[in-house]
Amino acid sequence: MHKELTNEQVLKIIKANGNSKERLLSILLEIQKASGHNSVDEAWAKIVAQELHLPLTKVYNVLTFYAMFSTKHRGKYVIEICKSTPCKVTKSDEIVQMFEEELGINISETTPDNLFTLMHTGCVGACDIGPVAKIGERIYGNLTKEKISNIVSLYRKGDTNGINQAANF
Amino acid sequence: MALTKQLISKNCGKIKPESIDGYIQSGGYEGLKKALTMQPKEIIAEVKAAKLLGRGGAAYPVGAKWEHLLEIPHSPKFIVCNADEGEPGTFKDKILLSQDPLRVIEGMTIAAHVFGSHDAYIYIRGEYLAIQKVFQQAIDNAIAEGYLGNRILGTDFTFNIHITSGAGAYVCGENSALLNSIEGKPGYPRIKPPHLAEVGLFSMPTLVNNVESFATIPTIVLDGGNQYANYGTADSGGTKLICLSGLVVNQGVYEIPFGITLRDIIYNPEIGGGIANGKKLKFFHLGGQSGPCGIPEQLDTPYCYAALRSAGLSVGSGAVVILDESVCVVDYLKGVTEFFIHESCGKCTPCREGNQKVYAILCKLSDGTATTQDFKLLKRLITTMTAASFCGLGQSATIALATCLKHFSAEIEDHLHKKCPAGVCFQEQERAAI
Amino acid sequence: MSHYQPDPTKSVTLTIDGISVTVPEGTSILEAAKQIGINIPILCHHPDLRVRANCRICIVTAKGQRKFKTACSTEVWSGAEILTNSTAIRDARKTVLELILAEHPQECLQCIRNGSCELQKLAKDFGIQEIPFTPSPLVGELPIDDAHPAIVRNPNKCVKCGRCVEVCQEIQTVRAINTAHRSQHYEISTAFEKNLAETPCVSCGQCVAVCPVGALYEHDDTAKVWAALDNHDLHVVVQTAPAVRVALGEEFGMDSGNIFTGKMVAGLRRLGFAKVFDTDFSADVTIMEEGHELLERINNNGPLPLITSCCPGWVNFAEKLYPELLPHVSSCKSPQQMFGALAKTYYAQTSGISPEKIFVVSIMPCTAKKYECARPEMNDSGYQDVDVVLTTRELAKMLKQANINFNSLPEESFDEPLGISTGAAVIFGTSGGVMEAALRTVYEVVTEKPLGKLDFDNVRGLTGIKEATVDLDGTTVKVAIANGLGNARILLEKIKSGQADYQFVEIMACPGGCIGGGGQPHGTTTVTKQGRMSAMYQADKNSALRQSHKNPAIISLYKDFLAQPLGHKSHKLLHTQYKTIK
Ligand SMILES: Cc1cc2nc3c(=O)[nH]c(=O)nc-3n(C[C@H](O)[C@H](O)[C@H](O)COP(=O)(O)O)c2cc1C
Ligand code: SF4
Ligand code: SF4
Ligand code: SF4
Ligand code: SF4
Ligand code: FES
Ligand code: FES
Repeated sequence: MHKELTNEQVLKIIKANGNSKERLLSILLEIQKASGHNSVDEAWAKIVAQELHLPLTKVYNVLTFYAMFSTKHRGKYVIEICKSTPCKVTKSDEIVQMFEEELGINISETTPDNLFTLMHTGCVGACDIGPVAKIGERIYGNLTKEKISNIVSLYRKGDTNGINQAANF
Repeated sequence: MALTKQLISKNCGKIKPESIDGYIQSGGYEGLKKALTMQPKEIIAEVKAAKLLGRGGAAYPVGAKWEHLLEIPHSPKFIVCNADEGEPGTFKDKILLSQDPLRVIEGMTIAAHVFGSHDAYIYIRGEYLAIQKVFQQAIDNAIAEGYLGNRILGTDFTFNIHITSGAGAYVCGENSALLNSIEGKPGYPRIKPPHLAEVGLFSMPTLVNNVESFATIPTIVLDGGNQYANYGTADSGGTKLICLSGLVVNQGVYEIPFGITLRDIIYNPEIGGGIANGKKLKFFHLGGQSGPCGIPEQLDTPYCYAALRSAGLSVGSGAVVILDESVCVVDYLKGVTEFFIHESCGKCTPCREGNQKVYAILCKLSDGTATTQDFKLLKRLITTMTAASFCGLGQSATIALATCLKHFSAEIEDHLHKKCPAGVCFQEQERAAI
Repeated sequence: MSHYQPDPTKSVTLTIDGISVTVPEGTSILEAAKQIGINIPILCHHPDLRVRANCRICIVTAKGQRKFKTACSTEVWSGAEILTNSTAIRDARKTVLELILAEHPQECLQCIRNGSCELQKLAKDFGIQEIPFTPSPLVGELPIDDAHPAIVRNPNKCVKCGRCVEVCQEIQTVRAINTAHRSQHYEISTAFEKNLAETPCVSCGQCVAVCPVGALYEHDDTAKVWAALDNHDLHVVVQTAPAVRVALGEEFGMDSGNIFTGKMVAGLRRLGFAKVFDTDFSADVTIMEEGHELLERINNNGPLPLITSCCPGWVNFAEKLYPELLPHVSSCKSPQQMFGALAKTYYAQTSGISPEKIFVVSIMPCTAKKYECARPEMNDSGYQDVDVVLTTRELAKMLKQANINFNSLPEESFDEPLGISTGAAVIFGTSGGVMEAALRTVYEVVTEKPLGKLDFDNVRGLTGIKEATVDLDGTTVKVAIANGLGNARILLEKIKSGQADYQFVEIMACPGGCIGGGGQPHGTTTVTKQGRMSAMYQADKNSALRQSHKNPAIISLYKDFLAQPLGHKSHKLLHTQYKTIK
């Protein structure tokens, strides 16, 4: 299990970004990434607001406007299946089903071990290898049932090499 | 006429992307060297001669935009590169950013020289996080070798490029929303006028161009605008990166000279190579979700701004999505509209509410409960959203719908009678009936 | 910062619907059209706020341009040929309106804004009879936030015009509410969807004042007042704030700029109040206390500047956002709370009515006073000093429910003694009024000479920040006045950083002061505020007595009861302490 991000670490991220208002998106992305649960807690948002001299309502607006943020805890790995039309016509719906079966959850849910959250996303710019899944920074394309089982088990094992090798990007 | 041409994509996949040496060996930075010996007006004259239209989708003449900004007396002026690339079916900026980032950097540096700018921002979509790292490496290397940063190439020209990451919002590709996002704000678009050339990033005069537009600049400066223009047609200068996706044999990015036909693009083995799985072409969707759909009867239209426009089509971002006979138009449009529902910023009524109502009617069509009255509503929604939405997102969200209503009225009307020629809709109802 | 500035000295000529009009550069199409009698429909636009142009109801066309333009946000240009009425325009506007209405609960008959709602009026003007679009299943299902003591938020009725956000973020700079989410989830929200009560909200009600619909409103407390009036064991007295009498008439169709004190008193009497008293009385008391507090601080080295405390919205702001400046804030309670404390002590004593039987109702232009009267420390009389606060709007509603034809009411006078007041108290309701009233008294106390000219013109007006130097027979006093909390913030920052050396500062939370309060009739703009303000200064001018310390009822109060300003009794009843609120 991950250790909860400390306030000091949050302050460090803010400082590394020069305590700059215009870096708000990057700061929040970094906090989210370091959170272990792919989301930004209210307590951290408050620290960010205070350090950047921003009203909390403005931080909250940013957190809720951009699709990559969540204020609710998600799995360690968020699996996002593209459902924009180029992927839709290459049958992304079937890919969602395969992931659902593989993980034993429905779309928009998190596995009981908090390892995976399955979501839809818009085009991630990999339409030439559709259907596509994005997991964190990595993109997996031309997905099939076998590929999906393999990817999920690599993540379960935490096999970083395998994870990177299997990725198209 | 050759069907493809490697001008701005010539390094892609061939050199180590972030390496200055590799870039120099393939002729890189010659454009900047030449530009530093030229006056801003001379450079703009070349860009105008090149007939370069903005490659981000709106096709605004780059030369005219630059000329206008040059006339504005205030400084500092900011350079912004739009690398949000959110239009589904578009992945050509990604190729440049990840495989030849220095070309983009060189283009931006030339622009900075023209406008006396010291700072630029490149806004790279959050989904391209891995590419952001490559791009940062390229920036660092350029600084180390004196092509960027302080005293560029020994002159007293100082210029820096900062990367800003998006965080998942298509509307941030709209240039004013883009600037808000760079400022660390939500990407709601701004009221225009004032134009961004007057009141842009941090309220200063600002140039916003697309990745591909910037990548073209070194070539134009080096070879001359006329030479560049000659690769294309009378109205559309040069080449374009197009992105083939969907149900086509050869998906991917291709650089083509303007003027080859859509048929060439889709069927020629050098490019699309035909429809996947031996199926038949039903329609194609150009320029992203915000672009128009075309039908096989239009295949002989030359791919260039003017010819496509007169055919009711457009270049847009360069996306070409191929759809075969297995695709139901209604079902496809539902996918398009879902995208806009997800991506509308929500601030203006026609787009926020309109997309939802369009979707509701499409759902009625696909479950057999629509009536002819709904067609009237669709038309009203199209007119109102197109003409009254706040920004380009809402204004173009129904272009695909409008073109499909024109081309596929019979198929869509069939849905009123619970008939889906492609056999996609009513499946469950039919199964239930058996 | 922006260098894009229209030049209003230049004029622009254009045609609108074929009529030629010449206006200054920078004028919007909306304003230009208004000048020639063309009223383009609007919803998100408010004349006192920046344009947001997000409702899209005000669309017009310009010759040679394909897309519609929004009249509220588009500046005129020379030679423009604007069309505001055509089939295409009407159709698109109607579609926009129908799209809004499709997501709007259809419950005008049960709505607090029935009759004063801008959306309802549009629907009427457009002749809407049915809505062709299917509503989404969530319409009307969003939870209502009514945990706040003063303000209720009903997001179901929100049309997302953004006016409240502009007010709370930019004008008041409290930043309790903002836009959040996007697309169909786009909404006005607090941070992390908390109840408004858990935010920095200062209860100023300015968001309520600008909301075009029934999405933001005050708690309706009229039922409590009706119940009290029906309870014959209670002695129900009412006090009315100075800014109510200059605005109440607007609720009955009269123009702003008139004063309706006599009719208001008559109306309150007909509602059944045992005594109709005046907050102006306790405003005079406030001047006595605060004036002496100022003198004491000047004589005892501070802390200076002394900042007024009669506005509870401002007090909330200080407690939540500027706790370090609390020592500067006058310890005087607001006039309404002074009144309550005196009603249940002094008045109880002189009238022989047991304080537990006295029920004090306040009629206020203000929503923050609803919050203030519920503060636990506001019970120095031994009872809750003020029992219920109603807004100007709520009073109008009660008068209508009681079938009172306001316009034909006779003019009546306040009851004595808590209804006797001076012109100095009347002007409390406008920005600069407290300052002027205080100076009229302080001058004479300090110099022991009569003040020649009673009018301090340089502290008057709607300007956000006013500064003046006053000569007290040799001693100069530097004063400053801010109205609107954003302006207050500017002033406070100057004070904090030591850039200002004022002795006396007046702050009112609402732009313009109480004449622009959050409880005033809807439709308030700078123009209506101007009218209310001039009515106030006229009433002051017409008063026989224009200085608080000359009010005979005040003289008796001190002689018979309080003994002296800042005395022991005053401290117990009329002063309070502040605390930092996180
Ligand atoms: C909703 C919307 C999304 C857009 N997305 C992009 C984008 O992802 N990339 C881009 O370069 N331009 C995008 N544009 C166009 C930009 O607003 C702008 O016109 C462009 O960046 C200008 O550069 P160019 O003239 O070089 O194309 C978008 C426009 C709209 C209205
Ligand atoms: S059209 Fe309106 S709602 Fe849609 S993205 Fe633009 S501003 Fe936002
Ligand atoms: S807000 Fe207006 S339109 Fe809505 S229910 Fe109330 S009165 Fe009717
Ligand atoms: S009452 Fe005042 S502080 Fe509270 S939300 Fe409304 S405008 Fe903001
Ligand atoms: S709450 Fe009222 S003022 Fe605020 S956005 Fe909604 S309708 Fe407008
Ligand atoms: S449509 Fe799926 S990655 Fe572009
Ligand atoms: S009134 Fe002009 S857009 Fe709302």
